[in-house]
Amino acid sequence: MEYEAVIGLETHVQLKTHSKMWCGCANIFGSDPNTNVCPVCLGMPGVLPVANAEALKLTVLTGYLLNCEIPPFAKFDRKNYFYPDSAKNYQVTQYDRPSTAKGWVEFEFDGPGSVDGMSRVRITRAHLEEDVGKSTHFDRHSGVDFNRAGVPLLEIVSEPDLNGPEMTYAYLKALTDILRRGGISDCDLEKGMLRCDVNVSVRPKGATQLGSKIEIKNMNTFSGVRRALEYEIPRQIEAVRRGESLRQETRRWDEVAGITETMRSKEDAHDYRYLPEPDLMPFVPTEPWLEEVRGRLVELPLARKRRFMGEYLLPSGDAEVFRDHLELGAFFERAAAGYKNPKAIANLVINNLQAHLVESGFSVTELKMTPAAVRELVELVESGKISSKIAQEVFREMATSGEPPAAIIDRKGWLQVSDISAIEALCQAAIEANSSSSADFRAGKVAALNFLKGQVMKVSKGKANPSLVGEILERKLRE
Amino acid sequence: MLHRLTISELTARIMRGDCSAREATQACLDQIKRVDEGVKAFLSYDATDALNQADAADRLLASGVSSQEKPLLGVPVALKDVIAHKGQPLNCASKILGNFISPYDATVVNRLKDAGAVVFGRLNMDEFAMGSSTENSAFFTTLNPWDPTRISGGSSGGCAAAVAAHEAFATVGSDTGGSIRQPAALCGCVGVKPTYGRVSRYGLTAFASSLDQIGPFTKDVSDAALMTRVLSGYDPRDSTSMNEPVPNYQAGFNHDLRGLRIGLPREYMIGGLDPQVDAAVRKAVAQIQSLGAEIVEVSLPHTEYAAATYYIIAPAEASANLARFDGIRYGARVEGADPFELNSRTRGQGFGDEVKRRIILGTYVLSSGYYDAYYIRAQKVRTLIRNDFLKAYETVDAILTPTTPTPAFKVGAKSDDPLQMYLCDVFTISCNLAGICGLSLPCGFTGTPKLPIGLQILGKPFGELTLFRIAQAYEQSTPWHRELSPVA
Repeated sequence: MEYEAVIGLETHVQLKTHSKMWCGCANIFGSDPNTNVCPVCLGMPGVLPVANAEALKLTVLTGYLLNCEIPPFAKFDRKNYFYPDSAKNYQVTQYDRPSTAKGWVEFEFDGPGSVDGMSRVRITRAHLEEDVGKSTHFDRHSGVDFNRAGVPLLEIVSEPDLNGPEMTYAYLKALTDILRRGGISDCDLEKGMLRCDVNVSVRPKGATQLGSKIEIKNMNTFSGVRRALEYEIPRQIEAVRRGESLRQETRRWDEVAGITETMRSKEDAHDYRYLPEPDLMPFVPTEPWLEEVRGRLVELPLARKRRFMGEYLLPSGDAEVFRDHLELGAFFERAAAGYKNPKAIANLVINNLQAHLVESGFSVTELKMTPAAVRELVELVESGKISSKIAQEVFREMATSGEPPAAIIDRKGWLQVSDISAIEALCQAAIEANSSSSADFRAGKVAALNFLKGQVMKVSKGKANPSLVGEILERKLRE
Repeated sequence: MLHRLTISELTARIMRGDCSAREATQACLDQIKRVDEGVKAFLSYDATDALNQADAADRLLASGVSSQEKPLLGVPVALKDVIAHKGQPLNCASKILGNFISPYDATVVNRLKDAGAVVFGRLNMDEFAMGSSTENSAFFTTLNPWDPTRISGGSSGGCAAAVAAHEAFATVGSDTGGSIRQPAALCGCVGVKPTYGRVSRYGLTAFASSLDQIGPFTKDVSDAALMTRVLSGYDPRDSTSMNEPVPNYQAGFNHDLRGLRIGLPREYMIGGLDPQVDAAVRKAVAQIQSLGAEIVEVSLPHTEYAAATYYIIAPAEASANLARFDGIRYGARVEGADPFELNSRTRGQGFGDEVKRRIILGTYVLSSGYYDAYYIRAQKVRTLIRNDFLKAYETVDAILTPTTPTPAFKVGAKSDDPLQMYLCDVFTISCNLAGICGLSLPCGFTGTPKLPIGLQILGKPFGELTLFRIAQAYEQSTPWHRELSPVA
């Protein structure tokens, strides 16, 4: 019998806010332990939380980016459990009335259930909560750094719509691209800004009933998630094949050993004793507030790629460059707006301009040349006024001086020679000066033509219209 | 005899230059020295800091600052040991906080200091405000200044006793189910539980967050009105505080109560009421009627469910609120082999029986499988109780009840019977569940021994103005507030 995996993800990301969720302490990574703390985030007696307005906005913005519904009423709850890194020994989280619900993410992944290479994962909810401190274990004692305690955390829960390690990886990549693009989170894995819990079960292929759900906790890299699934799915399938019945449990991913191991069974599951957080009022967003949040919506990576392909007829490779490089894309769009052959501009921007940026270390805004100048340069090539070789020279000049291309060409006398009689004379001279090459061509060596063409271009200092040179040489040699 | 003055009398003297803030503070410290061994209201006090604050007040006075700008300038005010005062101990009368010193000021402390008060002292209470007698304090029981064999009430027993013993001109406590009004009644002072959201809870160690409210204890109604005005107001640090204007409550005083309709709840005239309490309250009602108010009967039909509702909601919230006392970040710690053992040992040794009882109760009612039957049900009943009051307030401006069913009982009389102890709050807890305001003021004394009896006035949400008007008119037409406890 064939088996299939059913996978759902709980992805926690730290929100990109200046301050923490309930207090004014800085939300920054890398400070000395317990330096970004105050009575509130240390859970001192008598303190009260005040919800971070920006975190609420980012949560609802995430909802919009993930095609979620925004419920008219949301609230916070206390999730009770003891752990030394938890300052209050309860976590404030949106339990049964989250700020967002019922959305979806579409992403490029070809597999079972995908349509035209596109897959879709439903989002159950994205809810706001708080991070905890970080424990460090020393030889004879442990320490807790509460700098992270109270950092706003968004938990994005997917439906069990994923079917394997690769699809899960692609979903995570797409999700984090969206969150980064939306300014929701930097999703910096190195800084622990993203953590995943994975729910995975297996069942006979085509069955509708779900198998026993096994949760793998606390993975903080994409590859960790993929490797854990690559281990866990075959483990479960083998167990089922052996006739074992899998029991609902929570497992831990051991990154070093590359295995998952039992953490606790269903019977030992925490009873979190949720109760509504009495220190915070329910959150009822007003229409003007929602309007303001919608004003922060941005074009998402997939939509941007599709638009560059549709609007400028670019191949997917080019569109992906502009999808990922916002400033370069904007530069391209300004140069290509209304132009008949945007691909030619894309070539120059992606090849020459990008290389120049890397070389110079400039950002797009620091460039000396304007999008209009780039477009003019492309137009000069396309209309045959300069050769593409000369265009390279012109581009270099533009990059250093910022002078418009026409002025450079004028100053340098680089205008392409398309005067047939002048080129005829140069071609005749080249044939005569290189009689052996001429003979070779006549004997059938087509490559000899290129040599002769090169000679003419050299003599003309690159200004001769190369396609005319080719035509004339060939005609003369065949005469 | 400076310590016997009311705030308004003291302020008048200070403004006239008849006495200094330092002298007023010294008078309180002297009185504490003289009587507190017998009353045991204070857990501790920082005399040096108090005198420094008094000197600062005197410098402000010398520079021309008046009581118009700072209505409590130079007035010594003491705090229940549940309110954070920067640099001072904060123990909540519990062993679990060890030698914890608060690193910050509660909003009410800032407000008192802004008003010029000399804020000092840590007043005894039931541990974490759980109790009605201070017998649940981890340190000692505060005794009633009227009869030292009796309890002072609770949980803010230290606050009430300190005012009745004239050890402070006013004190600030907290009321979750009657913890201000009940001890105020038993000690013969005025105690106010403002409307939920009226006073910031920032800096008040939480017992039951949706019920807790800070309020004052004073020697008369005028002082209570002033203190309430100083304490009240929106605080951005407390999301549950309300942005409602704070009126000058004293400006609403009027000895003529004509035009007011006042309700007597049928359900509060229960059996089990002490006959002397019953008689005193009836006389007070007649007196208020004679001042012009119309007295009508009202019904609060869900009253009988208030205690049950309270003892689900309050412990549920407490079980979460008290989870932070774990020995990890501050307070006392009992080491263990791992964090979990450290936690359970610390809490096992750090909390007293009543606190443990309520944490267990709260943990139980929030447990999976019981939550709907207990917590959700209790929240629904709570809404019904609130609706009872809102409906009654469609026809009346305020409601009168006894504050407590009996006068102060003997130390130890109920300490072994939690249920009997819980019934001390039968008249006061509905007010917290409904989120309305309430006040207790003296309405007479028992014969022998002579013990104070309290009258409770319950007002509409943010109806403190009317509450103080009724209370002041009544008080000024009766002699009770002029009676001094034997230790005064």
